[in-house]
Amino acid sequence: MRIICPICGDRDRREFYVKGAALARPEASATLEDWHDHVNLRDNPAGEIKELWYHEMGCSAWIEVCRSTVSHEIVSTRLASTADLGGKR
Amino acid sequence: MRIAGKGLLQGAKPVTFSFNGRHMMGLEGDTLASALLANGVHLVGRSFKYHRPRGILTAGSEEPNALVTVGSGAQQDPNIRATQQEIFEGLEARSQNCWPSVEYDVQAVNDLAAPFFGAGFYYKTFMWPSAFWEKIYEPTIRKAAGLGALSGQPDPDISEKAYASCDLLVIGSGPAGLMAALVAGRAGADVILAEEDASMGGRLLSEVEQVDGLPGVDWVAQVLAELGDMDNVRLMPRTAITGAYDQGTYGALERVAHHHSRRAGLPRECFWRIVAKRAVLAAGAIERPIAFANNDRPGIMTASAVRSYLNRWGVAPGQRVTLFANNDQAHHTARDLVQAGMHVAMVVDSRHDAPDSDLFPVMKGAQVCNTGGRKRIDSITVRSVAGEERIQTDCLAMSGGWNPTLHLTCHLNGRPQWNRDIASFVPTPGTVPGLACAGACNGEFSTAGALREGAEVAGQALQELGLEGVDATLPQAGDDAYNMTAIWAVPGKGRAWLDFQNDVTVKDVKQAATENFRSVEHMKRYTTQGMATDQGKNSNVAALAVLADATGRGIPETGTTTFRPPFVPVSMAAMGAGAAGMGFKPQRFLTSHLASKELGAEQIEVGLWYRASYFPEGDESNWRQSCDREIGLVRDHVGVCDVSTLGKIDIQGPDAAKLLDFVYTNTFSSLKVGKVRYGLMLREDGFVMDDGTTARMGDHHYVMTTTTAAAGQVMAHLEFVRQALRPEWDVQITSVTEQWAQFAVAGPKSRELLNGILSEKIDNDSWPFMGCGTVDVMGVQGRLFRISFSGEMAYELAVPARYGDALFRELVSRAKALDGGAYGMEALNVLRIEKGFLTHAELNGTVTAFDLGLQGMVSKKKDCIGKPMSARPGLMAEDRQRLVGLKPVGAVKQLTSGAHLFNPDDPVERIYDQGYVTSVGFSPALGHMIGLAFLKSGPDRIGDTVRLVDHLRGIDALCEVVDPVFFDPEGTRARG
Repeated sequence: MRIICPICGDRDRREFYVKGAALARPEASATLEDWHDHVNLRDNPAGEIKELWYHEMGCSAWIEVCRSTVSHEIVSTRLASTADLGGKR
Repeated sequence: MRIAGKGLLQGAKPVTFSFNGRHMMGLEGDTLASALLANGVHLVGRSFKYHRPRGILTAGSEEPNALVTVGSGAQQDPNIRATQQEIFEGLEARSQNCWPSVEYDVQAVNDLAAPFFGAGFYYKTFMWPSAFWEKIYEPTIRKAAGLGALSGQPDPDISEKAYASCDLLVIGSGPAGLMAALVAGRAGADVILAEEDASMGGRLLSEVEQVDGLPGVDWVAQVLAELGDMDNVRLMPRTAITGAYDQGTYGALERVAHHHSRRAGLPRECFWRIVAKRAVLAAGAIERPIAFANNDRPGIMTASAVRSYLNRWGVAPGQRVTLFANNDQAHHTARDLVQAGMHVAMVVDSRHDAPDSDLFPVMKGAQVCNTGGRKRIDSITVRSVAGEERIQTDCLAMSGGWNPTLHLTCHLNGRPQWNRDIASFVPTPGTVPGLACAGACNGEFSTAGALREGAEVAGQALQELGLEGVDATLPQAGDDAYNMTAIWAVPGKGRAWLDFQNDVTVKDVKQAATENFRSVEHMKRYTTQGMATDQGKNSNVAALAVLADATGRGIPETGTTTFRPPFVPVSMAAMGAGAAGMGFKPQRFLTSHLASKELGAEQIEVGLWYRASYFPEGDESNWRQSCDREIGLVRDHVGVCDVSTLGKIDIQGPDAAKLLDFVYTNTFSSLKVGKVRYGLMLREDGFVMDDGTTARMGDHHYVMTTTTAAAGQVMAHLEFVRQALRPEWDVQITSVTEQWAQFAVAGPKSRELLNGILSEKIDNDSWPFMGCGTVDVMGVQGRLFRISFSGEMAYELAVPARYGDALFRELVSRAKALDGGAYGMEALNVLRIEKGFLTHAELNGTVTAFDLGLQGMVSKKKDCIGKPMSARPGLMAEDRQRLVGLKPVGAVKQLTSGAHLFNPDDPVERIYDQGYVTSVGFSPALGHMIGLAFLKSGPDRIGDTVRLVDHLRGIDALCEVVDPVFFDPEGTRARG
């Protein structure tokens, strides 16, 4: 499996650590229900999914990877810093 | 028998080798199989289940029968295919799965009992009593059945792994592969041409045919010479592509040194990961046997294998050869034999419209229905409209047509398609992105067609890569018709083999269908068809056809089993290359490592780090004596300990304080420059991630320490928060764990010691408790932190790592002068347990700030990671298991970590479990063992008695629940 790091280019997946779904953080005042959803509940689509990968053995970039769970195609990647995951603050 | 003037090995150097202890001669370039045939040896091994005599069926990696063990002792390699093993001077090979010898195998009686050993035999027979399976049945069966054995000794050989990338990976070097490589190479693409055989050329090495007006082998040599001259083309013989993976990644096994005697430093095999923008599969096809009674005798081979041994290696596999075929191409075997002066007794063709020949007799519409002979075939029985006829023969070549070698196209879950015209599965285009098929593996069986497809797919790949192709005229080549009419199994009595390696017969497959294992996946598992090391390369399609027939369905409706990596067996040694021994777990050494060893320190592993456990002195004979003494050094004088393994993260920028306020539960923006604060970090789910101290070195500069265990995790977490959650903040972080050597100097005389080496003297006012700053240490700029993990007055002194060794030696020698010395992890651990300080024994991922009594550290004034979830109901319940101290009060004075706690009157059963012990140590100050534990409602039960039970170590002790701070609870010593 190969992932395109926006900084380093096309790299073997062994250079990366995967965190899981790329989700925007709820605001601190969000309900416990929303927080529970954010921390514990995950969609499991047959199709495209957005995940966070960390280029641990490379440039340390956190990357949002759009990947197809069906074809394993890496549809797109971008820096997590541009993915607006911080939520309202 | 070698035929004078025939084959490609003429003038080759003679080579001596041995087989089953017998010395033989071969030629350089021989495989073990061709050399054995040249020596008249047909009986090579015994079959898996029935111990039937077996010979050589094929001439390639698909060989199911001729598996041998090469070498001996720790260096023996089992299950080596004789058809792939090249001979070299001194090669020793021997047969497997036979005793006392391959000629006289005692367990051949299994063959007589064969009627009992059909499909499902084990499932039905060894059901009862169930306890017998593990102890009696399975070991016995394993011993009787099987392949070669490992030596049982550590592997003395080395393997290697390597990585490569290219524009175009060409898999296979037959006409299609060579043409593809040529077209791409001429266009300037980076090409890797991988071939599992030792020589490139594929079937062209084994056929008598012209390409471009030249004999096929000469054309191959000419192309290889041109490719060899190109800097952009890499030729990789002896390299099997084992698997296709996502995004153009391919696994490959290179047999680096199996073809000559061992040389120091040379790896046996290399496992490659090749990343290719495009790939061409030109893997050819595998000829399929036909199932008829006793079709497994030595001397029965595929027709193409007979041609290979004849045309490539110049070996006659028999004196009186017969051929059983269903297609025109197989007739080349008889033609080539006759032209080489051999006798062809009969060509038996199942087709009524088979072509005639002037060179050899042809029986049309006839079938071989049985064979005779035991250790070698001596006759065949042919059935035709005229009745049955017995023909003397010592070699039967058979061809049931060809199966495209499409395995790699199925590795990403692709399913092949049935092509009725050639009665074969062919690849479904596009199942492996970027990979295209050409030639026989694509169902195109003529040489001219292979050349054409090879050029076409390479041209297409070049276009996709944006490279300009050079106009290449296709070489002229044969375009013989295939003309195949399918025949899978000849009806009749007797066992007809499908899977030679796993001893699966037509009858077994039919029986599976009868017992309603009608799905191909069920049939496969019930009969073990295709589950041997050859993965059914020769037999899966025929078995499927027999199943289809038995269940009254067509082949496409019956389906196909899929193929998974690896295409050929890959040794664990190759796949795990580099990870054996210390490579499995690299070592990290401290700058004080050498000095510690010189002091006689015992080492302890902490993650990948090696740290000094204790420093034995004088007549100390066990660790406790050293540990107790080292604790005394720290409590009474001064101790020195390397604490560099703790994660150190440098945090800089105008928003550094904001980042810390967000990741820590407590506030760091209010921390004054020159001060250190203890911090607690949560995961977003509200549980504790890590703790540590962070020092403010400047307005926009902090240095964070993490626990040793969580250094990597915390670094990734901080990067995540900074990049993903708060990208707008101007703050940078970097790990400086390995850049700074850091030493704890702890004890009442620690300041006195430091004042001997610091250019400016310190006192309690200039460096109060939790103070920090830069210092000059004997001319080196360092950092000094007034923090304590022991409860004593203590400092941590950090210098650039290159001064670590010198500083450690200096500190230890000065400590000794003050009646102190070095202390190790054991003493450090007891010192911190006495103070109730935490490590990852306590921060085990299941505890909350509340459990640790640190709820007050979660600031109410600000948001932080994990704060919302930490307030969940249940995470702050009073009856949670919470941190307490334990001390023994019963007869048993020993405490153990990992032990569980119970109320003294409750039964020791899981449902009564009250908690568990995380850390224990013997406190010299208190004179007894102490422990930290998580206990239900712990802090509310101070003074209660609990029962500690450790079934593993046989400990059962009564303990009093106490406050987790055992020593100097007011903390006056650290502030002094």
